[in-house]
Amino acid sequence: MRARAIAAQLALLAAVAFVLWYLASNTAHNLEARKIASGFGFLAREAGFEIGEAPFLAYGAADSYARAILVGLINTFRVALIGIVLATVIGTVVGLARLSRNWLLSKLATGYVELLRNVPLLVQLFFLYAVITENLPGPRQALEALPAVFLSNRGIAFPVLEAHAVHAWMGAALAAGAVLALLAARWGRRRQARTGQPFPALGVGAALVLGLPLAVFLGAGAPLALARPELQGFNFAGGGTLTPEFAALTGGLTLYTAAFIAEIVRAGVLSVDRGQSEAAYSLGLSRRRTTRLVILPQALRVIVPPLTSQYLNLTKNSSLAVAIGYPDLVSIANTTMNQTGQAIEGIAIIMAVYLTISLSISALMNWYNRRIALKGARR
Amino acid sequence: MRWLRENLFGSWPSALATLAILWLAWMLVPPLVEWAVVDAVWSAPDSRPCRAEGAGACWALIAEKHRFILFGTYPYEQHWRPGLGILVLLVLYVASAMRRFWRPALALAWLGGLALIGWLMWGGFAGLPYVENERWGGLMLTLLLATFGIAFAFPISILLALGRRSQLPVVRALSVLWIELVRGVPLISLLFMASVMLPLFLPEGVSIDKLLRALIAMIVFAAAYLAEVVRGGLQAMPHGQEEAADALGLPYWRKTLLVILPQALRIAIPPLVNTFIAFFKDTSLVVIIGLFDLLTSIKVALTEPAWSGFGVEAYLFASLVYFAFCFAMSRYSQDLERELERGRTHVLREN
Repeated sequence: MRARAIAAQLALLAAVAFVLWYLASNTAHNLEARKIASGFGFLAREAGFEIGEAPFLAYGAADSYARAILVGLINTFRVALIGIVLATVIGTVVGLARLSRNWLLSKLATGYVELLRNVPLLVQLFFLYAVITENLPGPRQALEALPAVFLSNRGIAFPVLEAHAVHAWMGAALAAGAVLALLAARWGRRRQARTGQPFPALGVGAALVLGLPLAVFLGAGAPLALARPELQGFNFAGGGTLTPEFAALTGGLTLYTAAFIAEIVRAGVLSVDRGQSEAAYSLGLSRRRTTRLVILPQALRVIVPPLTSQYLNLTKNSSLAVAIGYPDLVSIANTTMNQTGQAIEGIAIIMAVYLTISLSISALMNWYNRRIALKGARR
Repeated sequence: MRWLRENLFGSWPSALATLAILWLAWMLVPPLVEWAVVDAVWSAPDSRPCRAEGAGACWALIAEKHRFILFGTYPYEQHWRPGLGILVLLVLYVASAMRRFWRPALALAWLGGLALIGWLMWGGFAGLPYVENERWGGLMLTLLLATFGIAFAFPISILLALGRRSQLPVVRALSVLWIELVRGVPLISLLFMASVMLPLFLPEGVSIDKLLRALIAMIVFAAAYLAEVVRGGLQAMPHGQEEAADALGLPYWRKTLLVILPQALRIAIPPLVNTFIAFFKDTSLVVIIGLFDLLTSIKVALTEPAWSGFGVEAYLFASLVYFAFCFAMSRYSQDLERELERGRTHVLREN
């Protein structure tokens, strides 16, 4: 029996190895026939194409392919991070709204979830992109959605804070506030363990974190200068702009993922037994403390694992950027492949990047799961 | 009245939310209805009426282009063939959803149905002129990709799920490798791989057409995701079943086929349907490698200068079609879950 198992596995391994060798030898032959040199040498060559948006890292057509791909990677992370934050907020709100006792609100939330989950993300992205580029007016007749926030078919123009020396000090104050808040919370916990007196760590912490920068800001005479977008010629200048591609991609990813997160949040809250909150109330815990100390920790145990996989999905889905022309990693790697013919290397780069992200997140996830798992429970 | 008080104005925040929603509806619904129904252009030979001042939604685009959207570049006078094919597929879907038909004859019905569809789509004999599959397109192609993708991915996924739980280290390692690698990368990268790398893998002179290449990528992708769902079903099975089969001395494959899989797959049906939904939505990604599915034919229809600029209407229509299929499947999966749940608790009570 054992010998047969080993023989079968060796045969399987040999078959897989043979197939891989066969494919590799074909590929080598084909590459030679097409005169494509393999290897990553092309990365150092001049890219020669412009990229529509390259924040944080200056880029021009004369830069190398490697730099172009780095710009794409930054763009992917930019969309993914903003999308994750917004989707979590919207998803939590919608998920709680579905549980609301208000009939209208819960039906509205249900409708949102059903609609968004059952239409492909790609269709939603095309739809949003069409709404922005085809149905919004040109910059001259731009809609002023909020004061100094303009919607037009060139994207969204909005005011930004003009840099001021005080801002750096405010950042320092924020960091100091955070450290002080942590120290205060630790001291509070020790005191509670010793004397039983509760310490309002959340309130004091918030006051420190928000109060210190605010004090610096007011102390410096509240230097608030906004760079407003102004219409110049055919487009807006000054202030910040979100391109239609970025707006459609972030909006689409956010709204789509939020529908899935809403369901996860709802299931998480429902998973906590009613007896838990009843027991907490009968112990005399207040409503707030019951939520924070009893319900939330148990709900989070159910929520966090599927939530992380939604974050991963959002990051992977950001690769749909290529369909609406947002220069993310996949889109730039695709351009690179088309220009250089280095298909294998291009796809290898895409896959390596996403695999690194996925595997490190799931490693992190496993560690977290082990930490929050019930003591004594298996897995 | 009482219902209103309890469900809409139960508390101050609730009353405020109700009022806010009503106000939003008051602001948004009338202009939307005006755009979508009252001022809409329902039929027109070209887009001129749509571009007139004050015109609403241009549904004329759909009316004018619906044949192209549904059937792609399939020869116009032969459109009844994919039309009939879609009908056959729909009948098969509905029949498979009914538990009454869950028996071996269903598999035969599928084989017969798919053979019929193959004959309808390709033709070439018995009076139907041959149509090469480069000309297949539209909704039919979307349905075919989804159906064949699932049909081939599902058996592979069962093997992968069994492999991942196998005692044999090589089998387990290969299964884990497949599942985790595929789940870690976006589908687009697999589709790119199929469209640009697959030709390099093959010996000179051999080529497979675009449709088949995309289908292979979709199958590899779906198998990995389905495998995890099947594994969930395997894990949810009570240990006693496997131990009982071992005690009876059943060898591995008979134990798996007769005892474990029938029960594990039954548990896994609702999440399997959810994965089918996700896969059905994912077929839309073939637009990126230029395969002519429903979404591509809509995009192509929009590139015609006469109809450009009506993307909103076109994509609303696409959403409607996808929604109809996905919503039906998700409702079905929810009902089935409830029914299976009821069956299980009932059995427990009897014991």
